[in-house]
Amino acid sequence: MILKVLKYSFSDLIRSRWSYVYLAFYLVLGFVLLFLNDNLSKAVITLMNIVVVLTPMIGTIFGIMYFYNSREFTELLLAQPIRRRTIFLGQYLGVALSLSLSLVLGLGIPFTIYGITQSSQIWDFATLLISGTFLTFIFTGLSIYIGLLNTNKIKGFGYAILMWLFFAVIYDGIFLISLVIFDDYPLDKFTLFASFLNPIDLSRIMILLKLDISALLGYTGALFQKFFGTSQGLIVAFAMLLVWTIGPTILMIRKSSRKDF
Amino acid sequence: MRLTTTFLLLLIAHLGTTGVLKVCPSCTIQTIAAAVRTAEPMDSILVQKGVYTCSDLEVKKPVSLIGEEGAILDGLGSGYVLKILSDSVTVTGLKIINSGRSYTKDFAAIYAFRANHFTLSNLEIVNPFFGILLEKSKNGIVRSNKIYGASKREDDSGNGIHLWHCSNTIVENNEVYGLRDGIYLEFVDDSMVKNNYAHDNIRYGLHFMFSNRDEYLENTFRNNGAGVAVMFSKFIVMKENKFTHNWGTASYGLLLKEIYDAEVVDNSFTENTIGIFIDGSTRINYLGNLFKQNGWAVKVSGGCYTNKFFKNNFIGNSFDVSYNSKMNDNSFNGNYWSDYTGYDLDKNGVGDVPYRPVKLFSYIVNNTPETIILLRSLFVDIINFSEKVSPVFTPDDLIDNQPSIFVFQ
Repeated sequence: MILKVLKYSFSDLIRSRWSYVYLAFYLVLGFVLLFLNDNLSKAVITLMNIVVVLTPMIGTIFGIMYFYNSREFTELLLAQPIRRRTIFLGQYLGVALSLSLSLVLGLGIPFTIYGITQSSQIWDFATLLISGTFLTFIFTGLSIYIGLLNTNKIKGFGYAILMWLFFAVIYDGIFLISLVIFDDYPLDKFTLFASFLNPIDLSRIMILLKLDISALLGYTGALFQKFFGTSQGLIVAFAMLLVWTIGPTILMIRKSSRKDF
Repeated sequence: MRLTTTFLLLLIAHLGTTGVLKVCPSCTIQTIAAAVRTAEPMDSILVQKGVYTCSDLEVKKPVSLIGEEGAILDGLGSGYVLKILSDSVTVTGLKIINSGRSYTKDFAAIYAFRANHFTLSNLEIVNPFFGILLEKSKNGIVRSNKIYGASKREDDSGNGIHLWHCSNTIVENNEVYGLRDGIYLEFVDDSMVKNNYAHDNIRYGLHFMFSNRDEYLENTFRNNGAGVAVMFSKFIVMKENKFTHNWGTASYGLLLKEIYDAEVVDNSFTENTIGIFIDGSTRINYLGNLFKQNGWAVKVSGGCYTNKFFKNNFIGNSFDVSYNSKMNDNSFNGNYWSDYTGYDLDKNGVGDVPYRPVKLFSYIVNNTPETIILLRSLFVDIINFSEKVSPVFTPDDLIDNQPSIFVFQ
């Protein structure tokens, strides 16, 4: 049943053409980047800046828009003998999967044509795509949860954008200021901890360390390198991203089962 | 004319008197020590193929030791191998293995003391403590040698080519790797270090101190533990050297400390954590250098005055210039910056808007190193932009008023 809802949401999004636009955007971006600099490694760095900021934003906007737009259909489904969990999980996975597919195909095709599979950058690129996919899932989930909390569209939309803004910009601002203020204290543990609490920071740091910028990070970087450099650290980081994905999903399901439609 | 004839006659007479002694396992002279003992001054000793034990051998007369292919000196793992204590000694073409190792003495494969006009060339020195150690010697040549080891720690390894209190010496075309410092100069004046390749040494590729009026040309320093460090020297010239991939938390392409009146010209710095770290160095001209994909291209610490950066290319560095104070007495006019976003309406190749090479984030990182973890985040881009529009924290006179639109060739 969940697959049926998923399939419906998925094909609904595909039909709405926005998935194509999103796919086309990444295709153009990938080709232009590789056309402008032949260096795969540099292209991956530039791409990181875009993926880490853009995928959460697109995930947020699509998630909340889809939730509000498909409200009538959701109400129709709710009238059927289907479990609420199935409906909302299906919709969520439908949106997140179609967005992730656009990302992976849109960037994968140009980079494969330019020979990423034969290059040593393949793992950096894979990390980039995996964290991009995670970010899409996390932020779609969070925005649908916000949608469930707010019946008022304008309010919901506002909160969703604010949520994105918080994780993408405001969090780093607070992070930076607290680092500067508590300069006299040992901050390495705090830095590690604080970066775990923001999926965007976590993905960014993971990719940065993969891209051999770690030496820049000095003493702090040494700690991070020691942590993420081992396969154990990498597993912990991915586990954290997984927690970030599952957390909002559980919240969403719990909210949906109690919500009065 | 008469003078030339006299000279030629003298030369022929001289050649006539110099003998050639052959050393080989089946010759009458079977050891290097015996050959050196029997040789007359200005004789040549031809070392033929074979392995010769040779430990603490003192060369006290001007002779030439010429190795044929496959001639190996074995130091048996104790003491020095060759000690050159006379002027005009030439050592060439030998392979030297098993020189001694010590924590109290600077054992070297080839050691020279008060030896002038020496030539050390085409030697292959394998896994030495010190490779070539020259003390108080003048007018020598160290050329086309290959010195390599497999050192792991600084405290139980020595330097490849080490000069102490020398002058007018040429060190060229050598390759040094896997030792502590590749090339080390202390109190060495009026010398030239040219076209050497020092790589994968555990400390510095090139290290010099208190060495004035020296030239460093066309050398390549790659992947050394801490890059290249030069200190307390005056009137030096560094030209067309390559500083590549000195990558690590305490690694520099080039560290300049207390250097005065120097020229740093046409060098390339690629993929170093810090391209040039400048500390207390004054009146230095940086001209035509390439800084590409470094973490920090130029990091300026305190006490640097009237340095001039001119016609350099800054391409794709994480930070172009980092400064730790608001005071600036150095000039950055007329460089190419790949991060420059201005325009050139009059098409004269010079940007119409000044460029600020110091970003706010680099200022913050200087004060709180932990903040580097926010590198490349959106927030950092935003604060950099706002600082660019109206500088508050970064030195407001640190600007390039004539940023080039085109890359300098």
